[in-house]
Amino acid sequence: MNRLTSRFQNLRRTGRKALIPYITAGDPHPELTVPMLHKLVQAGADIIELGVPFSDPMADGPVVQKACERALAQGVSLRQVLQLVTAFRQDDADTPLVLMGYLNPIEAMGYGHFVHAAAEAGVDGVLTVDLPPEEAHDLLTVLGETEIAPIFLLAPTSSAERIRQVAAVAKGYVYYVSLKGVTGSASLDVAELDDKIAAIRALTNLPIGVGFGIKDATTAAAVARTADAVVVGSALVSLMGELANDAQAMQQAVSAVVAGMRQAMDDV
Amino acid sequence: MFENPDNHELINFAQFPDAHGHFGRYGGQFVAETLMDALRELNEAYLRYRDDPDFLAELDDDLRHYVGRPSPLYHAVRWSGLLGGAQIFLKREDLNHTGAHKVNNTVGQALLARRMGKQRVIAETGAGQHGVATATVAARLGMECVIYMGLEDIHRQSLNVYRMRLLGATVVPVESGSRTLKDALNEALRDWVTHVDDTFYIIGTVAGPHPYPVMVRDFQTVIGRETREQMLAQFGGLPDALVACVGGGSNAIGLFHPFLNEAQVSLYGVEAAGEGIGSGRHAAPLNAGRPGVLHGNRTYLMEDDDGQILATHSVSAGLDYPGVGPEHAWLKDIGRAAYVSATDAEALAAFHELTRIEGIIPALESSHALAYAKKLAPTLRPDQSIVVNLSGRGDKDINTIAALDGIEL
Repeated sequence: MNRLTSRFQNLRRTGRKALIPYITAGDPHPELTVPMLHKLVQAGADIIELGVPFSDPMADGPVVQKACERALAQGVSLRQVLQLVTAFRQDDADTPLVLMGYLNPIEAMGYGHFVHAAAEAGVDGVLTVDLPPEEAHDLLTVLGETEIAPIFLLAPTSSAERIRQVAAVAKGYVYYVSLKGVTGSASLDVAELDDKIAAIRALTNLPIGVGFGIKDATTAAAVARTADAVVVGSALVSLMGELANDAQAMQQAVSAVVAGMRQAMDDV
Repeated sequence: MFENPDNHELINFAQFPDAHGHFGRYGGQFVAETLMDALRELNEAYLRYRDDPDFLAELDDDLRHYVGRPSPLYHAVRWSGLLGGAQIFLKREDLNHTGAHKVNNTVGQALLARRMGKQRVIAETGAGQHGVATATVAARLGMECVIYMGLEDIHRQSLNVYRMRLLGATVVPVESGSRTLKDALNEALRDWVTHVDDTFYIIGTVAGPHPYPVMVRDFQTVIGRETREQMLAQFGGLPDALVACVGGGSNAIGLFHPFLNEAQVSLYGVEAAGEGIGSGRHAAPLNAGRPGVLHGNRTYLMEDDDGQILATHSVSAGLDYPGVGPEHAWLKDIGRAAYVSATDAEALAAFHELTRIEGIIPALESSHALAYAKKLAPTLRPDQSIVVNLSGRGDKDINTIAALDGIEL
């Protein structure tokens, strides 16, 4: 069974919600990525979204864009990210890992080559930001030959018809973008969120993750009341950028934020 | 009609793109879910108004009285004689209000924005011509206007930056990535996704997610439709060849499209070869790139082996873009149009030649088309004809030219 599916089943059984931190692979340095992934797990991550650096991350804000630029400056692209996943899997066979990025590096590698290399490395899900279901047929076909779950986004502007369309092809979980904007934008409105989650839940049995605009433990706990998973990205990536020159301080600061969110979510 | 060499099917170009914006394997809608509803809303509005007599009458009236259309088709008699081959005709888009073809499209999109009830317009710009054309129509319609422009382009096109500010637009410098047109486009997309309820994004070229490539094309085909009538009236027949520069490709597709079904008319798109295709410092994805996905569509891109987008180089800011409109990618693959290139040096030589021989100062973008026409004309007979799209005037480039000549203005 896909690690994502079993992880969500276990969480549901114990009445807990998933915490999903995001970091950009190779940022601030490729040697720090695998240790950071293990730290995230120790601090309470249930699933990790690992960003694949791209030169033109249109749906991301300045924080993730800068992280992409730092990683690319050190030659970290999709092939190197898969090597990092392989290295992570040597010491962690259980934590689900989702690659989040843009389509062009996957196109350049070739769908078949990418999907089979990702499966071998131990990737559990692929979230391709600029690939809506309408254009996803070919990649979905190749992903269908493996256990890897195609993860799709939903937005405040997604109609019931689109939610159905996404739900029909998505596996693992759906990622609800909680606000109109790019990653790292202003904080989200929790009250508005509850209605939308209910609307999505009426149309799919997949777990619902919420991200974009979750900056602190209080918001994470509030989101965890209705969603199945909380995604935190820019708040962590921002710290990694600030503390790029002090690996130990960086790991401690990021772990503290994740642990704080874990604590607040479990107290709900 | 044109026969596709791959499968020998006859193509009627009026039937492309398909309902989802595909030209063969190119085009489409490769954007985050956060923009899909805005694209649906835009597409529905465009489909509603594109054949609406009231909308078309309003557009036609603006093109006539505000833009100054039809633009002349000028027979460059002296230059044709010196080159010793085909008769060269210049489609004078440089004489439009704001000095380039860009305004044909911004007038159309702004009228559409007003009908959709959007009060705020945004745009990306490279050379600044599209930014100026957007700021111009926004001023006239009393709309808030924000223009995204790469920091590098702001420095080399300071005159256009000032023009946009005079027109009341906010010009936002983009400092991410390579600080040129592609980064301005990223930033405009980010603005749109954040202000999607009240904002209309006026894309300046035939790239981006569907419906932009078809919508911008349709607004620009006024160039080709006029050219066709003018050639029949002034020359007594269709041209033998059309030549236009290609960055994103809006002036080229505007000229080409009404002639696509007439296979006897040869089409040449001229990309920016910068310091030479072999140098790697150029902006010629159709000549030296490969298919990929960027800015909402599948098309030819300049990218590295990992699919990361490469920085481009051209003396002309308006051609400095790593992608190209998806319809051009398709026309290249099926062989309906040829995509050639001109270097910075060739474009500059053509710039000076036209200025001195015909008394017309062309934009550096258009100078790439002129540079190729110089090579093509002598290979044709004097009873044959070439139309070159003179897509813009060169006033905005005077500082660049002077600097290259070692003169500080």
